[in-house]
Amino acid sequence: MAWDRNQMAARAAQELQDGWYVNLGIGIPTLVSNYIPDGMDVTLQSENGMLGMGAFPIDGEEDADLINAGKQTITELDRTSYFDSSTSFGMIRGGKIAMAILGAMEVAENGDLANWMIPGKLVKGMGGAMDLVAGVGRVVVVMDHASKHGDSKVLNECTLPLTGKAVVDRIITNLGVLDVVEGGLKIVECADGVTEDELRAATEATIV
Amino acid sequence: MKKIYGSAAEALEGVLHDGMLIAAGGFGLCGIPELLLNAIRDAGTKDLTFASNNAGVDDFGIGILLQTKQVKKMISSYVGENKEFMRQYLGGELELEFNPQGTLAERMRAGGAGIPGFYTKTGVGTVIAEGKEHKDFDGETYILERGIVADLAIVKAWKADDTGNLVFRKTARNFNPPAAMCGKICIAEVEEIVPRGSLGGDAIHLPGIYVHRIIQGDHEKRIEQRTVRTA
Repeated sequence: MAWDRNQMAARAAQELQDGWYVNLGIGIPTLVSNYIPDGMDVTLQSENGMLGMGAFPIDGEEDADLINAGKQTITELDRTSYFDSSTSFGMIRGGKIAMAILGAMEVAENGDLANWMIPGKLVKGMGGAMDLVAGVGRVVVVMDHASKHGDSKVLNECTLPLTGKAVVDRIITNLGVLDVVEGGLKIVECADGVTEDELRAATEATIV
Repeated sequence: MKKIYGSAAEALEGVLHDGMLIAAGGFGLCGIPELLLNAIRDAGTKDLTFASNNAGVDDFGIGILLQTKQVKKMISSYVGENKEFMRQYLGGELELEFNPQGTLAERMRAGGAGIPGFYTKTGVGTVIAEGKEHKDFDGETYILERGIVADLAIVKAWKADDTGNLVFRKTARNFNPPAAMCGKICIAEVEEIVPRGSLGGDAIHLPGIYVHRIIQGDHEKRIEQRTVRTA
């Protein structure tokens, strides 16, 4: 037993706090918007120039001028504001965005994050990921604990080119939740049906 | 001074030259200067460097200039949606300089604002920082990034008046204002040219001082990832 994609997203949604401005990455992080607790006031930023991102449109109401950072059609809310890309990254770099929830290929025990490039494979680019991890108040990574081959993606040191150095605060995987602390990672909780021993055994990184 | 031109080709007259640096607005296919890109293809200008967040798709946006091999180099943050781009890049025909998205936007804004360089935390400890000046401020390390001044900026807006004041629509604003600011000459293509005074001075997103030529035209406004929910 472990968490599935939706359970990981639901767990990540518990990181949200009332009044926060938050940026959600592509993949499982996008699902976090489905689990924002009722009555909690959270504003989602899309780094292409929007605060107050709404749901996907219903069929026939797509607007070519209204997309998210994954280039998907979306809708606006009554609180929505629009701005240009330099203003958008000004609020990211300037620390105004309280938290980013992002996917990862690898994360290391010192908080290093790799999520943009695999040498020898097609390189698409980092987009806004380097700016986000360098600028926002808190970086939470949501990822599978192991690769398809069963190797730990929670490592002593990243092997892939970095997106940011010592930038991750908390890691949420299908097996549990870990915090980056002095000297390594600290287990915050285990996923349903996962024991602490199983979590330790599945993790290459130092657990303190 | 008259800023309104009859077509994209007319607006580009006397502006294009081989080897020039062009800053283009747009994010993905949203808010791209599609009419001006078509006209640059028709003009046949070569060895172009584009500062643009993305490189379009194979048959739309900057992609059409890749097909005709008019592009020498891209300065971009994400180029994932373009097969011809990848073919030329892997074949060594095309140079690519990755910039983090916010660094690219700020390089344009800074270049337009007379700021030749700025320090940022973005990219410290990554390949982006290699070869760049590092400097500590208040106990944190930053890298020096350069402002961009482009020979030409091409942007897309929703509405303009005849003095070049621009209003954008929703997320189609994106890179268009910073791209416009960093151009020695800026040409804007818009959906509608409206009478002077009708935009309202408080509602202008980009003042006409940054915009030298304007054209009006019909835009395809293609959607890259049509995503809907069930009602």
